[in-house]
Amino acid sequence: MQLIQTVNVASAQANITFSSIPQTYNDLVIVLSSRTDRTVGAWSDFLIKLNTATTNFTNRGLYGTGSNTASWTASMGYLGMTSNANNTASTFGNATIYIPNYRVATAKSISTDSVSESNATAANQEIMATLWNVTDPITEIILYPDAGANWVQYSSASLYGITAGSSGGVTVS
Amino acid sequence: MSEIITKLVVDLSKDENDPLRVQSIPLTESELAERETMRIQAEAEQAAREAAEQAKADAKASGIAKLLALGLTEAEAQALVN
Repeated sequence: MQLIQTVNVASAQANITFSSIPQTYNDLVIVLSSRTDRTVGAWSDFLIKLNTATTNFTNRGLYGTGSNTASWTASMGYLGMTSNANNTASTFGNATIYIPNYRVATAKSISTDSVSESNATAANQEIMATLWNVTDPITEIILYPDAGANWVQYSSASLYGITAGSSGGVTVS
Repeated sequence: MSEIITKLVVDLSKDENDPLRVQSIPLTESELAERETMRIQAEAEQAAREAAEQAKADAKASGIAKLLALGLTEAEAQALVN
C-alpha cells in the first residue's frame, strides 16, 4: 500500500477533494480522522461523491450506538459516522474506506468502517457497504459531512493506492 | 460580508512540491445550492433514523418492564433483550 497524499484541514472546509487520481493502482484506501461542526445530533454522517456524482448510490449500514444496534439503507453515498460538535471536545472520529478495482469498468463497491468517538454512552460504530452503480473509472473522490456541516481544523485524510502483487511467474493448476 | 465556504482540493496531477497541489477553493454557486439541497435531505434522513432509534429504545425499556412484572430478574430480562 503506497501513500499518495495526506491532507490536513487547517480551517473549516466543506469537503476534502482528491482530484486527478492516478490510474495506476488496483485499489484505493482512505484513512480519515475527522470531526464536523454540526451541532445537531450525537454524531455526523459523512458521504462520498465520485467523479462529482451524487446519484446511483445505494448503501446498507450496520451500526451500534452503545445501547442499541440497527441496520439501515440509503441512496446518497453515505459512508459512515464521525464526531461532531456535540461530542467530547478535541475528539475525532476515525474511518477506513476501501475502494477495490476503482479503474475497472464495473460497478464500484466501497467498504467503510467508522467510529464517532466521544467519552459518552452514545459513541457509535458503523460498517457500511456502498455501491456506486457506474462503470466509469474513479478519477475524483469528494468526502463531505452531512447536513451542510464542515470538516473542522485538525481533520485529516490520507489516500493510499494498492497495487496487486505478481504471481512471479508461478502457474497454479 | 457573508462567510465564504471553501473546499480543500488535492490536485494529484500536480507535482508533490507544487504549492498548488493542495488548495482551499471557494464553493461555486451550484455547489452551494447542491449542498443546501443535500443538507435538507440528510437532516430528514437522520431525524428518521434517530426517531427509529428512540422508538426501539422505548420498546426495549417497555419490554424489560413487562418481563420484570412477570417475575424475571433484572439480569434475566437484560439477557433476553440484549
